[in-house]
Amino acid sequence: MIVLQLIVVIALAPLMLGVINRTKAIIAGRRGQPLLQLYYDVAKLLRRGSVLSKSTTLVFLAGPAIALTAALLASLMLPLIGSSAPIAFTGDFILFVYVFALSRFFTTSAALDTGSAFEGMGAAREVTFACLAEPALLLGLLALARLAHSLTLSSLLTVSGPTWRTASAALVLIVASWVIVLLAENSRVPFDDPNTHLELTMIHEVMVLDHGGPAFGLVLYAGAVKLFVFGALVAAVVLPHPANTAAHAALNLAAVLVIGVFIGIVESAMGRLRLVRIPQLLITATLIAAFAVVLVLK
Amino acid sequence: MSAALITAAAVLCALSGLPALLSRRSRVACRISTALLMTAGAIGLVGAGLGLAGPTTTLSAPWAIPGGALRIRVDALSAFFAAPVFLLAGVGALFSEGYWPASRPRAGYVRFFYGLLAGGLAIVMTAQNLLLFLTAWEIVAISAYFAVVTDDDDETVRNAAWLYLVASHVSTLSLFALVALLHATTGSWDFAALPAGTALTAAGHAICWLALVGFGIKAGLMPFHVWLPGAHAGGPSHVSAMMSGVVIKMGVYGIFRVLTLFDVPPAWFGATLLVFGLVSSIFGVAFALAQHDLKRLLAYHSIENIGIIVTGLGVGVVAGSHGYPTIAFLGYAGALLHVWNHSLFKALLFLGAGSAIHSAETRDIDRMGGLARRMPWTAAAFLTGAVAICGLPPLNGFVSEWLIYLGSFTSIQRVTGGWVSPALVVVAPALALTGALALACFVKAFGAVFLGEPRTAAAARSHEAPRSMRWAMLPLVVGCFAIGILPRTIAPAVDRAAAVASGLHGTITTALAPVQTMAMVLAVLAVIAIIMVKLRVGNAPRNLTWDCGYAAPTARMQYTSSSFARGLVAFFAWAMPPVVHAPQRLPLFPTEASLETHVPDTVLDRLLIPLSGRIRRTLMVARHIQSGRMHAYLLYIGATLLVLLFWSAM
Repeated sequence: MIVLQLIVVIALAPLMLGVINRTKAIIAGRRGQPLLQLYYDVAKLLRRGSVLSKSTTLVFLAGPAIALTAALLASLMLPLIGSSAPIAFTGDFILFVYVFALSRFFTTSAALDTGSAFEGMGAAREVTFACLAEPALLLGLLALARLAHSLTLSSLLTVSGPTWRTASAALVLIVASWVIVLLAENSRVPFDDPNTHLELTMIHEVMVLDHGGPAFGLVLYAGAVKLFVFGALVAAVVLPHPANTAAHAALNLAAVLVIGVFIGIVESAMGRLRLVRIPQLLITATLIAAFAVVLVLK
Repeated sequence: MSAALITAAAVLCALSGLPALLSRRSRVACRISTALLMTAGAIGLVGAGLGLAGPTTTLSAPWAIPGGALRIRVDALSAFFAAPVFLLAGVGALFSEGYWPASRPRAGYVRFFYGLLAGGLAIVMTAQNLLLFLTAWEIVAISAYFAVVTDDDDETVRNAAWLYLVASHVSTLSLFALVALLHATTGSWDFAALPAGTALTAAGHAICWLALVGFGIKAGLMPFHVWLPGAHAGGPSHVSAMMSGVVIKMGVYGIFRVLTLFDVPPAWFGATLLVFGLVSSIFGVAFALAQHDLKRLLAYHSIENIGIIVTGLGVGVVAGSHGYPTIAFLGYAGALLHVWNHSLFKALLFLGAGSAIHSAETRDIDRMGGLARRMPWTAAAFLTGAVAICGLPPLNGFVSEWLIYLGSFTSIQRVTGGWVSPALVVVAPALALTGALALACFVKAFGAVFLGEPRTAAAARSHEAPRSMRWAMLPLVVGCFAIGILPRTIAPAVDRAAAVASGLHGTITTALAPVQTMAMVLAVLAVIAIIMVKLRVGNAPRNLTWDCGYAAPTARMQYTSSSFARGLVAFFAWAMPPVVHAPQRLPLFPTEASLETHVPDTVLDRLLIPLSGRIRRTLMVARHIQSGRMHAYLLYIGATLLVLLFWSAM
């Protein structure tokens, strides 16, 4: 089960970005890059050589390594294939949140390791916005914990199926809040524009300016896995969870790709927010999730 | 056996500094003192280990003071709190060999008060007699004052130590009242159980409030924390490690101990602890973010971590008093484990900071940079502490925070009705916010101090710390990893201490089993991944940081710690308004300009100091009658007597 899910995540994660980019291209009236572009990019980068900055230490290389490890480990805690995740234990969702925090510690430290002003700027923004996104994620989990019967991420996420009728308002709020968190954590529009090359405006892309070759390949791959994981997280709350494993897996994976289409539409429909507005949107997400908690507590 | 060993170790700690103190500047005498203190630490650790594993033991001797008795009682709770004292005593002694060698002024002085501090602390954590407790409490307060003020050429150090002494005595004053009240209620001069139902009486309320103020000042709970940042920043680094690692824990111990005296601790007190804990944790880390001084930053983080501990305790008390033993046990166990964890990583961070400051010759984070390539061992130790204090897996901070989180989540799932669930629900998002802010703060501190390029010539000249300083950090690094990766090995000790503290039976061993497995998996995978990346690109050619093709980068262009934290500090500006010294107007062709910002402590600098100044000015009016001449005072006495005489006649 662990191996199967790992293979699925590794194989399908870059596809989601492909779907997003294809959606954006279609809306813009372009043909766009191939659906599998990220696979080619990563394959090419892994074969290439690289140059390291004189300023850097091992921390610079630990950034991409830990980012990928953390994202893959987190993916195994999601009920993706069956309705119970390969790794599930009481309190696993706290680990889920904290492995991403570990990855953030090392990616931002890697950015500071170069001594570059741009990358420091990106790192500062990344840790600042995470302070507002993390409580929203936790509040959503709290609301789900009230509805679920055991404290594992699998049961928290799959409880939504049977409770959509009884607690629909709370679930809608959770999904709304987590979609904002999904966009923020993965540096998508309206928080960040993955296409921009104006360094001053960026968050995630600017942190990895100095990574090249295989290390950059890992960065891209880890980013794709993280996006996939957050997509699957939101999808699991929205979806019913059929008992049949094959049906469950098909439904979930399809839903993740649909979320990809949704992100593509969002990115085509709106621009990036000004930096000062970003905290306001994230606080909104936190408050929405807080209302969900109030609703389930009443 | 455990009581005898701990007492012997405490006495040995207290006396260990004498050889160094009496023989001035002798290298051999300093070595002997260090060896004595390390031996005492080892004996004490064995004693604490026996106390945690075995039965409760007592040691009693008569004492001439009325009501006093030299009674030491080592139960699991005392042993649990005594263990870090002895560990840090030994580690700090070893560190001081390289950090404060015999050739440095006051080498004997600092060793003597350091040992006395450790000995006093061990007695505080184990005293059964209230008067012995108070005596040891004062020994700690005073020896900590002398240890902090070691570097008394510096005016800021003198002021900080003075403030600490004043705050300490306000704390002691509350404890005098507390001890008197305990004696009046129980009729005993020992820590004796209060009569059933005391929690609901006025005496019970008074006991709780006195304990909160008296112990809260020592623990550095907000808003009683005013003394803490200065005192922790001012002392020598191993003294700071001791202050932050265990001295503030004696306040936490006091709260724990007083709670054990109640049959059922009052629920309102649990809620009060929650409020103080959450305020301390969030604002502690917010103030930490705004600091430029590495040691003040770490000091504010102590307030944050004490906040987390007290939050866990609050979860325990609230859930326990409402009859939810599972949740209560998680709260107590999380709080206790965080006591150990904080001792380990905070001491490690202070020792690492001490090496960095020693080497870069400044405490200002924005004047360091690039130390990792010059002092890799210190950098690795500091990084371990930084990851641990952020509560990140697979290190120890995660385990204790996980327990408190689990308490909060279990409460929202199981508890219905009343205010318990809403109260405990706040804990999870607040901890998440605290954790994310701590992460921001330590990425800033580690990044600005150890990564990038040196910002000053002194930082560029920095060199690795002497061997004794590096060895001293090793046990703490091992401790952070061991509790993080093998939490089940120490779970029985936490269970016993939590059972004494809460009066409940429970265990965290089974709950921690998957955490242990996952921490191991994460650690192994992360190491493998780093090694693979290192093998693949580690030998790549080296060149300047690309930085979008900027041709001539200088160290001054790096993001500084202030700029890194600016967004978050602005976010909290309503609670801690920064003071900005910026040029008012620049000429058309600016020549030289400077910008300086700092964030004063809201409670101390914006409330207490202006308030006490105003009180002093008001009382100046009374100065006219204080002439200092004897006959004037005789006149006052005579006049008063005359007035009283007339009054009584009427």
